[in-house]
Amino acid sequence: MKALRKLLDRAKPNFRPGGKFSALESVFDGFETFLFTPNTTSARTGAVHIHDSIDSKRTMIIVVLALMPCFLFGIYNTGYQHWLACGEATRPFWPMVLYGLLAILPRVALTYIVGLGIEFIVAQIRREEIQEGFLVTGILIPMICPIETPLWMLCVATAFSVIFVKEVFGGTGYNIFNVALVARAVLFFSYPAQMSGDKAFVATGTALGYGPVAPDGFTCATPLGQIATGDGTQLALTGVDGQALSWWDAFVGLIPGSFGETSVICIIIGAIILIGCGIASWKIILSGVAGGLVMGFIAHACQTPLYPASMLTAFDQLLYGGFAFAIVFMATDPVTAARTETGKWIYGFLVGVIAVLIRTYNNGYPEGAMLAVLLMNAFAPLIDWCVVNANIRRRRARFTAK
Amino acid sequence: MRIKINKGLDISLKGGLTDYAPARTVMPSVCAVTPDDFPGFVPKPAVREGDSVKVGSVVLFDKLHPEVKLVSPMSGKVKAIVRGERRKIERVVIEADGTDEVLRYDVSKPSVQLLAEAGLLARMRRRPFDIVPDPAVRPRDIFVTAFDSAPLAMPLTAQLGPDAPAVLARAVKALSTMTDGKVYISHNADWTLGDIPGAEMVEVTGKHPAGNVGVQIANIAPVNKGDNLWALDVATLYKIGRLLADGVYDPATVVAVVGPRVLNPVAIKTIEGAPIADLTAGNLDTSHGTLRVISGNVLTGTAVSTADDGFLRYPYRQITVIDEGDHADEFLGWASLSPSKLSASRALPFSRLRKAFSPDARIQGGQRAMIMSGQYDKMVPMDIMTEYLLKAIIARNIDDMEALGIYEIAPEDVALAEFADTSKLPLQKIVRDGLDYLRKEIE
Repeated sequence: MKALRKLLDRAKPNFRPGGKFSALESVFDGFETFLFTPNTTSARTGAVHIHDSIDSKRTMIIVVLALMPCFLFGIYNTGYQHWLACGEATRPFWPMVLYGLLAILPRVALTYIVGLGIEFIVAQIRREEIQEGFLVTGILIPMICPIETPLWMLCVATAFSVIFVKEVFGGTGYNIFNVALVARAVLFFSYPAQMSGDKAFVATGTALGYGPVAPDGFTCATPLGQIATGDGTQLALTGVDGQALSWWDAFVGLIPGSFGETSVICIIIGAIILIGCGIASWKIILSGVAGGLVMGFIAHACQTPLYPASMLTAFDQLLYGGFAFAIVFMATDPVTAARTETGKWIYGFLVGVIAVLIRTYNNGYPEGAMLAVLLMNAFAPLIDWCVVNANIRRRRARFTAK
Repeated sequence: MRIKINKGLDISLKGGLTDYAPARTVMPSVCAVTPDDFPGFVPKPAVREGDSVKVGSVVLFDKLHPEVKLVSPMSGKVKAIVRGERRKIERVVIEADGTDEVLRYDVSKPSVQLLAEAGLLARMRRRPFDIVPDPAVRPRDIFVTAFDSAPLAMPLTAQLGPDAPAVLARAVKALSTMTDGKVYISHNADWTLGDIPGAEMVEVTGKHPAGNVGVQIANIAPVNKGDNLWALDVATLYKIGRLLADGVYDPATVVAVVGPRVLNPVAIKTIEGAPIADLTAGNLDTSHGTLRVISGNVLTGTAVSTADDGFLRYPYRQITVIDEGDHADEFLGWASLSPSKLSASRALPFSRLRKAFSPDARIQGGQRAMIMSGQYDKMVPMDIMTEYLLKAIIARNIDDMEALGIYEIAPEDVALAEFADTSKLPLQKIVRDGLDYLRKEIE
């Protein structure tokens, strides 16, 4: 490590203002602080002399770590669904994993290149340190999009989202909406044909030339897609191979869906990591699940063929689609969620309620979690305002009572 | 009255004291009065270089309230009035001349003027604003904290003599004539002096910052807009009592020299403003690199030099020595699983394995916008929306500052939040600047 440190120290003057590569100062600084914890020490007066060892990098890396079970499972499930779609008789483990890996890697690589590229440029323009927020966003975007989303669309959506949802507001910590979800929403509303329906969620072609090819004209909708387009008389969910799907399949995650969202088991592992490390708010997760259950129960109690999704039980509502993933990884983004403790309960509950509400009573959108989180992102400041105002009123009452 | 503080954090550092009795006495040949220790006090010199002073003689007075004074802890000659940029007075250095002359005050009538004259008012803080009180304004209540909950702090009662109950009662009696309200004394479970007559005794339990007088006020009788409260510690209360009993200023203090880089943690009896070098000589562990010597605790203290320009700073009772850490060059520190990393966060789960830590002075990251929510509130045991108050201060929005409770807070109350902050924001400085700004705008 000493050699690396020396190398950095030697290169450093070139990146300082006036140096050969001064245009890359922020990039250099980003790599340096990534490799070595900054040696900056506390102010000598008027400040604390010791600081907690947690920093923004640690926080973000734990979120990425919590996403890994879902990510790894997504790799397997992509290959698994593809093998089913191709009608292969055997399902060999490693080829399926390799296929899934080859399918997702270009997407992850591209979103990181586009997003981090923009971050680097903006950081340099502002002469700030590079912020870590995109470490999480960059892996979230491919995970919440269907595997068949064209690569160029991912790039366009990532660029749009990073620039117009984050950077124009001032960067990480200042954005109103969840950056990854807006990227998905942009795709969803701009290219609905590629982002929903029965062609997007199962990979049909080869992955970088590897793997079998599905038959021409193959289609398979996600369970929620099947429900939304069904006639509402019966609830028969089928997988890619035409076999019936049970709640257990949805819990394990071997169903068609966006890359990272299908496995509730892996999402629960992620939730345990996030809550265990104190990174995500358990209040939001708990109240979100409660909200989904309450709304799911109400919808199921008043089930009607007019709204086929109302035939799902409250428990099913939690298992299918992106509900669990959105509650654990999207709704808990501390920047865009409610920031007051009371506010978190209200915010989480409403995310759960609205997610199920949209998915049940709007046949046009088979999934409601994305819109629910984005809607509540918009309302989070209002919720916080009410909570803060209660504190203000308490103080004012004390003052006037005097 | 009993109060339970449910939030906060006790940071456990290595190098604590086991025996609070002073192991030795250091009588320095020089000492210094540092006006920066007294916020709101605009120093004007009352002496010139070469003048003779006694213990208790005025050396500095406040430009805005000339009756508020800082006095000499030593009898001798004014060696230097050290000025910094724009001729700001940094300190007045006094050199002992071997005499032991003591200024006698007329203590027949205890009054605010007497306390101001003897330099004891300057040791109090006015809430709101956390500044030296204005002697012309009668306080609503007077709050005394009798314990220090900061990391490695020695019990405040170690500053008191064996005659403490009577001396404190005398001081309380005098103070209660200066307020229309009550004199509160907040102590923890270790208090052995019983009830002090005339004072409202409050037993406080909980983690740091339970010992902060601001936290105690917020949980007993919060500050409202327009209020004026006095806050002091029991060591100052004791000095008031001694002044009234003996008619002289008592400059003695017991200093805990503690911290992970102190060879032998020790309590030393000395006088206020003593040179740091005299107190730390031969007791610093320099084998790990540069040291940071802090006069005070690691949360609110001031880093001082161990050369001849470093002196003990108010409140004159603790020196903490830690690593500076400016050459740590820690590889991939954000990924570290080491149990020796100090953290209140569960994101460093292995920190739970250690009982005491030896942190250095690094910020441990880079400064960011406020990202994580709820971190500050866990460390500020007051009915205050800390994050929103800080944002109002940063935005210089006076209406919001008032509405969100800026009058209730002092920089030291957010020190723990500053420690725990993932975004590494300078919260104490933000609060101090906000208080100064507000005071300038409304007064």
